[in-house]
Amino acid sequence: MSIIVNHVNYIYEEDTAMAHPALIDINLQIPEGQFIGLIGHTGSGKSTLIQHLNGLIKPTSGEIFYNNQDINEPGYNKKVLRSQVGLVFQYPEHQLFETDCFKDVCFGPKNMGLPKKEVELRAYTALKQVGFEDEYFYQSPFDLSGGQKRRVAIAGVLAMKPEVLILDEPTAGLDPKGREDILRLISDLHAKMRITVILVSHSMEDVADYVDRIIVMNKGRVAFDAPPKEVFAHYRELEEMELAAPQVTYCMQDLAAAGFDVDTSVTTLEEAKKEILKAFGKC
Amino acid sequence: MLRDITLGQYYRADSVIHRLDPRVKIVATFAFIISLFIVKNFIGYLIAGLFLAVCIRLSQVPPRFIFRGMKTIFFLLIITMVFNLFLTAGEPIFTFWKFQITKEGIKLAAMMGIRLVFLITGSSLMTLTTTPNNLTDGLESLLGPLKKVRVPVHEISMMMSIALRFIPILMEETDKIMKAQMARGADFESGSIINRAKNLVPLLVPLFISAFRRANDLAMAMEARCYRGGEGRTKMKPLIYKKRDFIAYLVIVLYLVLIVVMGRILFR
Repeated sequence: MSIIVNHVNYIYEEDTAMAHPALIDINLQIPEGQFIGLIGHTGSGKSTLIQHLNGLIKPTSGEIFYNNQDINEPGYNKKVLRSQVGLVFQYPEHQLFETDCFKDVCFGPKNMGLPKKEVELRAYTALKQVGFEDEYFYQSPFDLSGGQKRRVAIAGVLAMKPEVLILDEPTAGLDPKGREDILRLISDLHAKMRITVILVSHSMEDVADYVDRIIVMNKGRVAFDAPPKEVFAHYRELEEMELAAPQVTYCMQDLAAAGFDVDTSVTTLEEAKKEILKAFGKC
Repeated sequence: MLRDITLGQYYRADSVIHRLDPRVKIVATFAFIISLFIVKNFIGYLIAGLFLAVCIRLSQVPPRFIFRGMKTIFFLLIITMVFNLFLTAGEPIFTFWKFQITKEGIKLAAMMGIRLVFLITGSSLMTLTTTPNNLTDGLESLLGPLKKVRVPVHEISMMMSIALRFIPILMEETDKIMKAQMARGADFESGSIINRAKNLVPLLVPLFISAFRRANDLAMAMEARCYRGGEGRTKMKPLIYKKRDFIAYLVIVLYLVLIVVMGRILFR
Protein backbone atom coordinates (compact mmCIF):
# COMPACT_ATOMS: atom_id res chain seq x y z
CA MET A 1 0.00 0.00 0.00
CA SER A 2 1.90 3.01 -1.17
CA ILE A 3 1.99 5.89 -3.57
CA ILE A 4 4.68 6.16 -6.19
CA VAL A 5 5.09 9.34 -8.21
CA ASN A 6 7.18 8.68 -11.29
CA HIS A 7 8.65 11.52 -13.38
CA VAL A 8 5.55 13.66 -13.12
CA ASN A 9 5.42 16.95 -14.99
CA TYR A 10 2.49 19.30 -15.03
CA ILE A 11 2.06 22.38 -17.17
CA TYR A 12 -0.62 24.90 -16.31
CA GLU A 13 -2.81 26.23 -19.12
CA GLU A 14 -1.03 24.15 -21.70
CA ASP A 15 -1.41 25.31 -25.31
CA THR A 16 -2.00 28.92 -24.32
CA ALA A 17 0.26 31.92 -24.05
CA MET A 18 0.01 31.62 -20.25
CA ALA A 19 1.54 28.12 -20.13
CA HIS A 20 4.02 27.64 -17.31
CA PRO A 21 5.31 24.52 -15.60
CA ALA A 22 3.86 23.86 -12.14
CA LEU A 23 5.60 20.55 -11.51
CA ILE A 24 8.94 19.50 -12.97
CA ASP A 25 10.05 15.90 -12.87
CA ILE A 26 8.66 14.88 -9.50
CA ASN A 27 9.74 11.48 -8.17
CA LEU A 28 8.48 10.34 -4.80
CA GLN A 29 7.77 7.18 -2.89
CA ILE A 30 5.30 7.36 -0.08
CA PRO A 31 5.19 4.12 1.91
CA GLU A 32 2.31 3.14 4.14
CA GLY A 33 2.00 4.66 7.58
CA GLN A 34 4.39 7.58 7.21
CA PHE A 35 3.67 11.05 8.53
CA ILE A 36 4.98 13.44 5.93
CA GLY A 37 5.26 17.20 5.91
CA LEU A 38 5.06 18.78 2.45
CA ILE A 39 6.52 22.25 2.65
CA GLY A 40 6.89 24.96 0.09
CA HIS A 41 6.48 28.65 -0.48
CA THR A 42 3.24 29.87 -2.10
CA GLY A 43 3.29 28.83 -5.75
CA SER A 44 5.89 26.11 -5.27
CA GLY A 45 3.52 23.49 -6.65
CA LYS A 46 2.58 21.69 -3.43
CA SER A 47 -1.17 22.07 -3.86
CA THR A 48 -0.89 20.98 -7.48
CA LEU A 49 1.08 17.92 -6.44
CA ILE A 50 -1.44 16.70 -3.88
CA GLN A 51 -4.30 17.06 -6.35
CA HIS A 52 -2.42 14.63 -8.58
CA LEU A 53 -2.35 12.05 -5.83
CA ASN A 54 -6.10 11.45 -5.86
CA GLY A 55 -6.60 11.96 -9.56
CA LEU A 56 -8.18 15.42 -9.55
CA ILE A 57 -5.47 16.63 -11.90
CA LYS A 58 -3.94 14.51 -14.59
CA PRO A 59 -0.18 14.92 -15.06
CA THR A 60 1.01 16.30 -18.39
CA SER A 61 3.53 13.48 -18.42
CA GLY A 62 4.63 10.77 -16.00
CA GLU A 63 2.67 8.30 -13.88
CA ILE A 64 1.24 8.02 -10.42
CA PHE A 65 0.82 4.57 -8.93
CA TYR A 66 -1.41 3.74 -6.01
CA ASN A 67 -1.04 0.18 -4.72
CA ASN A 68 0.91 -0.68 -7.85
CA GLN A 69 -1.81 0.52 -10.23
CA ASP A 70 -1.50 3.49 -12.55
CA ILE A 71 -4.34 5.79 -11.46
CA ASN A 72 -4.60 7.53 -14.81
CA GLU A 73 -5.04 4.34 -16.78
CA PRO A 74 -8.42 4.33 -18.55
CA GLY A 75 -10.91 2.28 -16.57
CA TYR A 76 -9.27 2.90 -13.19
CA ASN A 77 -12.00 3.69 -10.68
CA LYS A 78 -11.21 7.20 -9.47
CA LYS A 79 -14.18 7.30 -7.14
CA VAL A 80 -12.74 4.42 -5.12
CA LEU A 81 -9.31 6.04 -5.26
CA ARG A 82 -10.70 9.28 -3.84
CA SER A 83 -12.22 7.46 -0.90
CA GLN A 84 -8.88 5.76 -0.20
CA VAL A 85 -6.74 8.84 -0.70
CA GLY A 86 -8.71 11.40 1.30
CA LEU A 87 -7.91 15.01 0.47
CA VAL A 88 -8.87 17.85 2.80
CA PHE A 89 -8.60 21.10 0.89
CA GLN A 90 -7.46 24.43 2.20
CA TYR A 91 -10.25 26.15 4.14
CA PRO A 92 -12.34 22.95 3.98
CA GLU A 93 -15.15 24.61 5.93
CA HIS A 94 -16.06 26.46 2.72
CA GLN A 95 -17.33 23.22 1.21
CA LEU A 96 -19.92 22.47 3.91
CA PHE A 97 -23.41 22.59 2.49
CA GLU A 98 -25.86 20.44 4.44
CA THR A 99 -28.44 21.62 6.95
CA ASP A 100 -26.68 19.92 9.85
CA CYS A 101 -23.16 18.71 10.59
CA PHE A 102 -24.07 15.04 10.77
CA LYS A 103 -25.64 15.03 7.30
CA ASP A 104 -22.65 16.82 5.88
CA VAL A 105 -20.25 14.20 7.19
CA CYS A 106 -22.54 11.52 5.67
CA PHE A 107 -21.98 12.97 2.19
CA GLY A 108 -18.68 11.18 1.54
CA PRO A 109 -19.66 7.66 2.66
CA LYS A 110 -23.06 8.08 0.98
CA ASN A 111 -21.33 8.74 -2.33
CA MET A 112 -19.42 5.50 -1.85
CA GLY A 113 -22.76 3.70 -2.10
CA LEU A 114 -22.67 2.22 1.40
CA PRO A 115 -25.87 1.13 3.19
CA LYS A 116 -27.52 3.81 5.34
CA LYS A 117 -26.56 2.24 8.66
CA GLU A 118 -22.93 1.98 7.69
CA VAL A 119 -22.96 5.60 6.46
CA GLU A 120 -24.34 6.86 9.75
CA LEU A 121 -22.02 4.72 11.82
CA ARG A 122 -19.04 6.05 9.91
CA ALA A 123 -20.22 9.64 10.23
CA TYR A 124 -20.69 9.19 13.97
CA THR A 125 -17.25 7.59 14.41
CA ALA A 126 -15.57 10.25 12.30
CA LEU A 127 -17.16 13.10 14.25
CA LYS A 128 -16.08 11.41 17.49
CA GLN A 129 -12.56 10.96 16.13
CA VAL A 130 -12.18 14.67 15.53
CA GLY A 131 -13.43 15.37 19.05
CA PHE A 132 -16.74 16.90 18.04
CA GLU A 133 -19.31 17.23 20.81
CA ASP A 134 -22.58 15.27 20.49
CA GLU A 135 -24.67 18.31 21.27
CA TYR A 136 -23.58 20.05 18.05
CA PHE A 137 -24.27 17.08 15.76
CA TYR A 138 -27.60 18.44 14.51
CA GLN A 139 -26.67 22.08 14.40
CA SER A 140 -26.22 23.95 11.16
CA PRO A 141 -22.51 23.92 10.31
CA PHE A 142 -22.73 27.63 9.59
CA ASP A 143 -23.41 28.47 13.23
CA LEU A 144 -20.14 26.96 14.44
CA SER A 145 -16.78 28.59 15.11
CA GLY A 146 -14.00 28.37 12.53
CA GLY A 147 -12.14 25.62 14.36
CA GLN A 148 -15.29 23.54 14.83
CA LYS A 149 -16.29 23.91 11.18
CA ARG A 150 -12.88 22.70 10.18
CA ARG A 151 -13.26 19.64 12.40
CA VAL A 152 -16.56 18.81 10.71
CA ALA A 153 -14.93 19.18 7.29
CA ILE A 154 -12.04 16.91 8.26
CA ALA A 155 -14.55 14.39 9.65
CA GLY A 156 -16.29 14.52 6.27
CA VAL A 157 -13.17 13.08 4.66
CA LEU A 158 -12.33 10.74 7.55
CA ALA A 159 -15.77 9.14 7.29
CA MET A 160 -14.69 7.58 4.01
CA LYS A 161 -12.01 5.69 6.02
CA PRO A 162 -9.11 6.72 3.79
CA GLU A 163 -5.82 4.87 3.89
CA VAL A 164 -3.97 8.05 3.04
CA LEU A 165 -5.04 11.40 4.45
CA ILE A 166 -3.79 14.55 2.77
CA LEU A 167 -4.42 17.91 4.41
CA ASP A 168 -3.73 21.17 2.59
CA GLU A 169 -2.78 23.83 5.15
CA PRO A 170 -5.19 22.57 7.78
CA THR A 171 -4.19 25.30 10.23
CA ALA A 172 -4.53 28.30 7.90
CA GLY A 173 -6.55 31.10 9.44
CA LEU A 174 -6.89 29.53 12.89
CA ASP A 175 -5.81 31.09 16.17
CA PRO A 176 -2.79 29.60 18.01
CA LYS A 177 -4.92 27.31 20.14
CA GLY A 178 -6.95 26.16 17.14
CA ARG A 179 -3.74 25.42 15.27
CA GLU A 180 -2.34 23.34 18.07
CA ASP A 181 -5.62 21.46 18.50
CA ILE A 182 -5.86 20.56 14.84
CA LEU A 183 -2.22 19.50 14.61
CA ARG A 184 -2.51 17.36 17.71
CA LEU A 185 -5.70 15.85 16.32
CA ILE A 186 -3.96 14.91 13.07
CA SER A 187 -1.01 13.47 14.93
CA ASP A 188 -3.39 11.40 17.08
CA LEU A 189 -5.23 10.13 14.02
CA HIS A 190 -1.94 9.04 12.54
CA ALA A 191 -0.88 7.27 15.71
CA LYS A 192 -4.20 5.53 16.39
CA MET A 193 -5.44 4.67 12.94
CA ARG A 194 -2.04 3.96 11.39
CA ILE A 195 -2.91 5.83 8.23
CA THR A 196 -0.46 7.65 6.01
CA VAL A 197 -0.70 11.38 6.56
CA ILE A 198 0.60 14.09 4.26
CA LEU A 199 0.47 17.50 5.87
CA VAL A 200 0.90 20.44 3.53
CA SER A 201 2.11 23.65 5.07
CA HIS A 202 4.37 26.60 4.47
CA SER A 203 5.38 26.72 8.09
CA MET A 204 8.20 24.51 9.32
CA GLU A 205 7.18 25.30 12.85
CA ASP A 206 3.85 23.56 12.29
CA VAL A 207 5.28 20.29 11.11
CA ALA A 208 8.63 20.03 12.89
CA ASP A 209 7.17 18.48 16.03
CA TYR A 210 5.13 15.80 14.35
CA VAL A 211 6.39 14.46 11.07
CA ASP A 212 8.88 11.67 10.23
CA ARG A 213 9.82 13.07 6.88
CA ILE A 214 9.79 16.46 5.19
CA ILE A 215 9.48 17.05 1.47
CA VAL A 216 10.44 20.59 0.49
CA MET A 217 9.10 21.90 -2.80
CA ASN A 218 10.65 24.84 -4.59
CA LYS A 219 9.55 26.24 -7.97
CA GLY A 220 7.89 23.00 -9.01
CA ARG A 221 10.75 20.72 -7.99
CA VAL A 222 11.49 18.62 -4.94
CA ALA A 223 14.31 20.46 -3.19
CA PHE A 224 14.75 18.23 -0.15
CA ASP A 225 13.26 14.94 0.90
CA ALA A 226 14.62 13.77 4.24
CA PRO A 227 13.87 13.50 7.97
CA PRO A 228 13.35 16.88 9.68
CA LYS A 229 16.78 17.04 11.28
CA GLU A 230 18.54 16.68 7.94
CA VAL A 231 16.28 19.16 6.20
CA PHE A 232 16.73 21.82 8.89
CA ALA A 233 20.50 21.47 8.66
CA HIS A 234 20.07 23.21 5.29
CA TYR A 235 18.47 26.21 6.94
CA ARG A 236 20.45 28.68 4.84
CA GLU A 237 19.15 27.16 1.61
CA LEU A 238 15.63 27.08 3.03
CA GLU A 239 15.84 30.82 3.56
CA GLU A 240 16.69 31.29 -0.09
CA MET A 241 13.43 29.49 -0.90
CA GLU A 242 11.63 32.01 1.29
CA LEU A 243 11.09 29.35 3.91
CA ALA A 244 12.54 29.28 7.38
CA ALA A 245 13.72 26.59 9.72
CA PRO A 246 12.01 26.45 13.13
CA GLN A 247 13.15 29.09 15.58
CA VAL A 248 14.69 26.33 17.68
CA THR A 249 17.18 25.65 14.88
CA TYR A 250 18.25 29.30 14.79
CA CYS A 251 18.55 29.44 18.55
CA MET A 252 20.74 26.34 18.69
CA GLN A 253 22.90 27.49 15.78
CA ASP A 254 23.52 30.82 17.51
CA LEU A 255 24.32 29.12 20.80
CA ALA A 256 26.78 26.82 19.05
CA ALA A 257 28.34 29.81 17.30
CA ALA A 258 28.73 31.54 20.67
CA GLY A 259 30.78 28.62 21.89
CA PHE A 260 28.25 26.53 23.75
CA ASP A 261 28.44 22.80 23.34
CA VAL A 262 24.93 22.08 22.02
CA ASP A 263 23.53 19.71 19.43
CA THR A 264 22.33 21.92 16.56
CA SER A 265 20.19 19.21 14.96
CA VAL A 266 17.40 19.27 17.55
CA THR A 267 14.04 20.28 16.17
CA THR A 268 11.51 20.35 18.96
CA LEU A 269 11.23 22.74 21.85
CA GLU A 270 11.50 19.91 24.37
CA GLU A 271 14.78 18.61 22.94
CA ALA A 272 16.16 22.12 22.75
CA LYS A 273 15.35 22.72 26.41
CA LYS A 274 17.28 19.61 27.42
CA GLU A 275 20.28 20.56 25.28
CA ILE A 276 20.44 24.07 26.69
CA LEU A 277 20.13 22.88 30.29
CA LYS A 278 22.85 20.34 29.63
CA ALA A 279 25.13 22.99 28.14
CA PHE A 280 24.57 25.41 31.02
CA GLY A 281 24.99 22.65 33.59
CA LYS A 282 28.48 22.12 32.27
CA CYS A 283 29.38 25.79 32.31
CA MET B 1 -11.97 23.11 -16.54
CA LEU B 2 -14.13 26.11 -15.78
CA ARG B 3 -11.41 28.61 -16.37
CA ASP B 4 -11.78 28.13 -20.10
CA ILE B 5 -14.84 30.36 -20.11
CA THR B 6 -13.94 34.00 -20.48
CA LEU B 7 -16.56 36.68 -20.25
CA GLY B 8 -14.58 39.86 -20.24
CA GLN B 9 -12.70 39.22 -23.47
CA TYR B 10 -10.34 42.17 -23.41
CA TYR B 11 -7.32 41.77 -25.67
CA ARG B 12 -4.32 43.65 -24.32
CA ALA B 13 -2.58 45.83 -26.87
CA ASP B 14 -1.52 49.43 -27.24
CA SER B 15 -3.26 50.67 -30.36
CA VAL B 16 -5.06 53.86 -31.35
CA ILE B 17 -8.39 52.10 -30.86
CA HIS B 18 -7.38 50.90 -27.40
CA ARG B 19 -6.38 54.40 -26.36
CA LEU B 20 -9.62 55.98 -27.47
CA ASP B 21 -11.96 57.23 -24.80
CA PRO B 22 -14.50 54.49 -23.98
CA ARG B 23 -17.34 56.95 -24.63
CA VAL B 24 -16.12 57.39 -28.20
CA LYS B 25 -16.06 53.65 -28.69
CA ILE B 26 -19.55 53.16 -27.28
CA VAL B 27 -20.95 55.96 -29.45
CA ALA B 28 -19.07 54.65 -32.48
CA THR B 29 -20.42 51.15 -31.95
CA PHE B 30 -23.96 52.48 -31.70
CA ALA B 31 -23.49 54.62 -34.79
CA PHE B 32 -22.11 51.65 -36.64
CA ILE B 33 -25.04 49.43 -35.63
CA ILE B 34 -27.55 52.12 -36.65
CA SER B 35 -25.75 52.56 -39.97
CA LEU B 36 -26.17 48.82 -40.62
CA PHE B 37 -29.92 49.24 -40.38
CA ILE B 38 -30.04 52.36 -42.54
CA VAL B 39 -28.13 50.71 -45.33
CA LYS B 40 -30.27 49.00 -47.94
CA ASN B 41 -27.78 48.24 -50.70
CA PHE B 42 -24.53 46.41 -51.16
CA ILE B 43 -22.45 49.54 -51.77
CA GLY B 44 -23.44 50.64 -48.25
CA TYR B 45 -22.33 47.32 -46.82
CA LEU B 46 -19.09 47.63 -48.71
CA ILE B 47 -18.43 50.98 -47.03
CA ALA B 48 -19.41 49.58 -43.62
CA GLY B 49 -17.17 46.56 -44.20
CA LEU B 50 -14.23 48.74 -45.19
CA PHE B 51 -14.75 50.97 -42.17
CA LEU B 52 -14.80 47.90 -39.93
CA ALA B 53 -11.75 46.37 -41.58
CA VAL B 54 -9.75 49.56 -41.09
CA CYS B 55 -10.78 49.70 -37.43
CA ILE B 56 -9.79 46.07 -36.89
CA ARG B 57 -6.48 46.71 -38.58
CA LEU B 58 -5.84 49.75 -36.40
CA SER B 59 -6.78 47.86 -33.23
CA GLN B 60 -3.98 45.30 -33.68
CA VAL B 61 -6.34 42.58 -32.47
CA PRO B 62 -5.64 39.35 -34.39
CA PRO B 63 -8.69 38.60 -36.59
CA ARG B 64 -9.09 35.11 -35.12
CA PHE B 65 -9.99 36.70 -31.77
CA ILE B 66 -12.68 38.74 -33.46
CA PHE B 67 -14.14 35.82 -35.33
CA ARG B 68 -14.13 33.65 -32.23
CA GLY B 69 -17.26 35.54 -31.13
CA MET B 70 -18.89 34.38 -34.33
CA LYS B 71 -19.03 30.79 -33.12
CA THR B 72 -21.66 31.62 -30.53
CA ILE B 73 -24.02 33.16 -33.07
CA PHE B 74 -23.38 30.61 -35.77
CA PHE B 75 -26.74 28.86 -35.35
CA LEU B 76 -28.64 32.10 -35.08
CA LEU B 77 -26.98 33.19 -38.30
CA ILE B 78 -27.86 29.98 -40.12
CA ILE B 79 -31.47 30.02 -38.90
CA THR B 80 -31.95 33.68 -39.89
CA MET B 81 -30.52 33.10 -43.31
CA VAL B 82 -32.55 29.93 -43.96
CA PHE B 83 -35.81 31.58 -42.90
CA ASN B 84 -35.19 34.61 -45.06
CA LEU B 85 -34.16 32.43 -47.95
CA PHE B 86 -37.32 30.33 -47.97
CA LEU B 87 -40.00 32.56 -46.55
CA THR B 88 -39.62 35.71 -48.62
CA ALA B 89 -42.33 36.20 -51.21
CA GLY B 90 -41.33 37.35 -54.68
CA GLU B 91 -40.10 36.16 -58.01
CA PRO B 92 -39.39 32.39 -57.68
CA ILE B 93 -36.10 31.08 -58.98
CA PHE B 94 -36.09 27.58 -57.65
CA THR B 95 -39.03 25.49 -56.38
CA PHE B 96 -38.76 22.31 -54.40
CA TRP B 97 -41.92 20.60 -53.06
CA LYS B 98 -43.52 23.31 -50.88
CA PHE B 99 -40.41 25.44 -50.64
CA GLN B 100 -39.38 28.07 -53.06
CA ILE B 101 -36.39 30.29 -53.23
CA THR B 102 -37.01 33.74 -54.58
CA LYS B 103 -34.69 36.41 -55.90
CA GLU B 104 -35.76 38.71 -53.09
CA GLY B 105 -35.15 35.87 -50.62
CA ILE B 106 -31.55 35.44 -51.68
CA LYS B 107 -30.94 39.16 -51.47
CA LEU B 108 -32.56 39.46 -48.06
CA ALA B 109 -30.76 36.41 -46.67
CA ALA B 110 -27.41 37.75 -47.82
CA MET B 111 -28.16 41.18 -46.33
CA MET B 112 -29.30 39.70 -43.04
CA GLY B 113 -26.21 37.52 -42.89
CA ILE B 114 -23.86 40.42 -43.55
CA ARG B 115 -25.75 42.62 -41.12
CA LEU B 116 -25.49 40.07 -38.29
CA VAL B 117 -21.82 39.33 -38.92
CA PHE B 118 -20.96 43.05 -38.99
CA LEU B 119 -23.03 43.69 -35.89
CA ILE B 120 -21.24 41.03 -33.86
CA THR B 121 -17.83 41.93 -35.23
CA GLY B 122 -18.37 45.61 -34.46
CA SER B 123 -19.44 45.03 -30.90
CA SER B 124 -16.72 42.42 -30.32
CA LEU B 125 -14.20 44.98 -31.44
CA MET B 126 -15.45 47.32 -28.74
CA THR B 127 -15.28 44.73 -25.94
CA LEU B 128 -11.92 43.44 -27.18
CA THR B 129 -10.32 46.87 -27.06
CA THR B 130 -11.92 48.26 -23.90
CA THR B 131 -11.44 46.92 -20.39
CA PRO B 132 -14.71 46.12 -18.63
CA ASN B 133 -14.00 48.84 -16.10
CA ASN B 134 -13.46 51.45 -18.77
CA LEU B 135 -16.64 50.32 -20.45
CA THR B 136 -18.74 50.85 -17.34
CA ASP B 137 -17.03 54.19 -16.73
CA GLY B 138 -17.92 55.24 -20.24
CA LEU B 139 -21.50 54.10 -19.85
CA GLU B 140 -21.83 55.93 -16.57
CA SER B 141 -20.63 59.13 -18.15
CA LEU B 142 -22.83 58.75 -21.24
CA LEU B 143 -25.91 57.95 -19.17
CA GLY B 144 -25.13 60.87 -16.85
CA PRO B 145 -28.02 63.03 -18.09
CA LEU B 146 -30.45 60.34 -16.90
CA LYS B 147 -29.55 61.29 -13.32
CA LYS B 148 -31.84 64.27 -13.81
CA VAL B 149 -34.78 61.90 -14.05
CA ARG B 150 -33.60 60.04 -10.95
CA VAL B 151 -32.09 57.03 -12.63
CA PRO B 152 -29.32 55.80 -10.26
CA VAL B 153 -26.70 55.78 -13.00
CA HIS B 154 -23.69 55.72 -10.71
CA GLU B 155 -25.08 52.86 -8.64
CA ILE B 156 -25.89 50.82 -11.72
CA SER B 157 -22.43 51.25 -13.17
CA MET B 158 -20.83 50.51 -9.80
CA MET B 159 -22.82 47.28 -9.58
CA MET B 160 -21.82 46.39 -13.10
CA SER B 161 -18.12 46.88 -12.46
CA ILE B 162 -18.29 44.93 -9.19
CA ALA B 163 -20.12 42.10 -10.93
CA LEU B 164 -17.49 42.02 -13.67
CA ARG B 165 -14.71 42.11 -11.11
CA PHE B 166 -16.16 39.11 -9.29
CA ILE B 167 -16.63 36.82 -12.27
CA PRO B 168 -13.08 35.42 -12.27
CA ILE B 169 -13.10 35.10 -8.46
CA LEU B 170 -16.32 33.12 -8.46
CA MET B 171 -15.02 30.99 -11.32
CA GLU B 172 -11.99 30.06 -9.31
CA GLU B 173 -14.13 29.40 -6.27
CA THR B 174 -16.42 27.11 -8.28
CA ASP B 175 -13.43 25.18 -9.51
CA LYS B 176 -12.14 24.77 -5.96
CA ILE B 177 -15.44 23.69 -4.42
CA MET B 178 -16.07 21.32 -7.29
CA LYS B 179 -12.74 19.65 -6.68
CA ALA B 180 -13.30 19.50 -2.94
CA GLN B 181 -16.66 17.79 -3.42
CA MET B 182 -15.20 15.46 -6.02
CA ALA B 183 -12.61 14.49 -3.41
CA ARG B 184 -15.58 13.43 -1.28
CA GLY B 185 -16.95 11.31 -4.10
CA ALA B 186 -19.36 13.79 -5.67
CA ASP B 187 -20.11 13.20 -9.32
CA PHE B 188 -20.93 16.16 -11.58
CA GLU B 189 -20.56 14.49 -14.92
CA SER B 190 -22.84 11.45 -15.13
CA GLY B 191 -26.46 10.50 -14.38
CA SER B 192 -29.83 11.69 -15.59
CA ILE B 193 -30.65 15.39 -15.85
CA ILE B 194 -32.61 15.35 -12.59
CA ASN B 195 -29.80 13.59 -10.78
CA ARG B 196 -27.26 15.97 -12.18
CA ALA B 197 -29.31 18.92 -11.01
CA LYS B 198 -29.52 17.34 -7.55
CA ASN B 199 -25.80 16.75 -7.55
CA LEU B 200 -25.25 20.46 -8.03
CA VAL B 201 -26.57 21.26 -4.54
CA PRO B 202 -23.22 20.53 -2.85
CA LEU B 203 -21.64 22.95 -5.31
CA LEU B 204 -24.23 25.73 -5.33
CA VAL B 205 -24.82 26.04 -1.59
CA PRO B 206 -21.18 26.70 -0.70
CA LEU B 207 -20.86 28.96 -3.75
CA PHE B 208 -23.81 31.11 -2.72
CA ILE B 209 -22.57 31.28 0.83
CA SER B 210 -19.17 32.41 -0.31
CA ALA B 211 -20.71 34.97 -2.68
CA PHE B 212 -22.74 36.42 0.16
CA ARG B 213 -19.73 36.44 2.44
CA ARG B 214 -17.67 38.25 -0.17
CA ALA B 215 -20.45 40.74 -0.82
CA ASN B 216 -20.70 41.40 2.89
CA ASP B 217 -16.94 41.89 3.26
CA LEU B 218 -16.83 44.19 0.27
CA ALA B 219 -19.73 46.27 1.55
CA MET B 220 -17.95 46.58 4.88
CA ALA B 221 -14.68 47.57 3.22
CA MET B 222 -16.45 50.21 1.11
CA GLU B 223 -18.23 51.54 4.15
CA ALA B 224 -14.93 51.70 6.02
CA ARG B 225 -13.57 53.91 3.25
CA CYS B 226 -16.57 56.18 3.51
CA TYR B 227 -18.22 55.22 0.25
CA ARG B 228 -21.60 56.90 0.07
CA GLY B 229 -22.67 56.74 -3.55
CA GLY B 230 -21.82 58.85 -6.54
CA GLU B 231 -22.67 62.31 -5.16
CA GLY B 232 -19.53 64.45 -5.28
CA ARG B 233 -17.30 61.45 -5.92
CA THR B 234 -14.18 62.05 -8.01
CA LYS B 235 -12.35 59.51 -10.07
CA MET B 236 -8.74 58.41 -9.99
CA LYS B 237 -8.70 58.29 -13.78
CA PRO B 238 -11.34 60.73 -14.97
CA LEU B 239 -12.44 60.43 -18.57
CA ILE B 240 -11.10 63.41 -20.48
CA TYR B 241 -11.49 63.85 -24.23
CA LYS B 242 -8.23 64.23 -26.10
CA LYS B 243 -7.53 65.40 -29.63
CA ARG B 244 -7.73 61.87 -31.05
CA ASP B 245 -11.19 61.45 -29.53
CA PHE B 246 -12.51 64.50 -31.38
CA ILE B 247 -10.94 63.21 -34.56
CA ALA B 248 -12.65 59.88 -33.97
CA TYR B 249 -16.01 61.61 -33.51
CA LEU B 250 -15.41 63.47 -36.77
CA VAL B 251 -14.63 60.20 -38.52
CA ILE B 252 -17.85 58.67 -37.20
CA VAL B 253 -19.92 61.63 -38.42
CA LEU B 254 -18.23 61.50 -41.82
CA TYR B 255 -18.90 57.78 -42.01
CA LEU B 256 -22.59 58.26 -41.19
CA VAL B 257 -22.92 61.05 -43.73
CA LEU B 258 -21.24 58.92 -46.36
CA ILE B 259 -23.56 55.98 -45.69
CA VAL B 260 -26.69 58.14 -45.84
CA VAL B 261 -25.57 60.05 -48.91
CA MET B 262 -24.64 56.89 -50.79
CA GLY B 263 -28.06 55.46 -50.01
CA ARG B 264 -29.74 58.61 -51.33
CA ILE B 265 -27.69 58.92 -54.49
CA LEU B 266 -28.28 55.36 -55.56
CA PHE B 267 -31.96 55.23 -54.73
CA ARG B 268 -33.21 58.54 -55.99
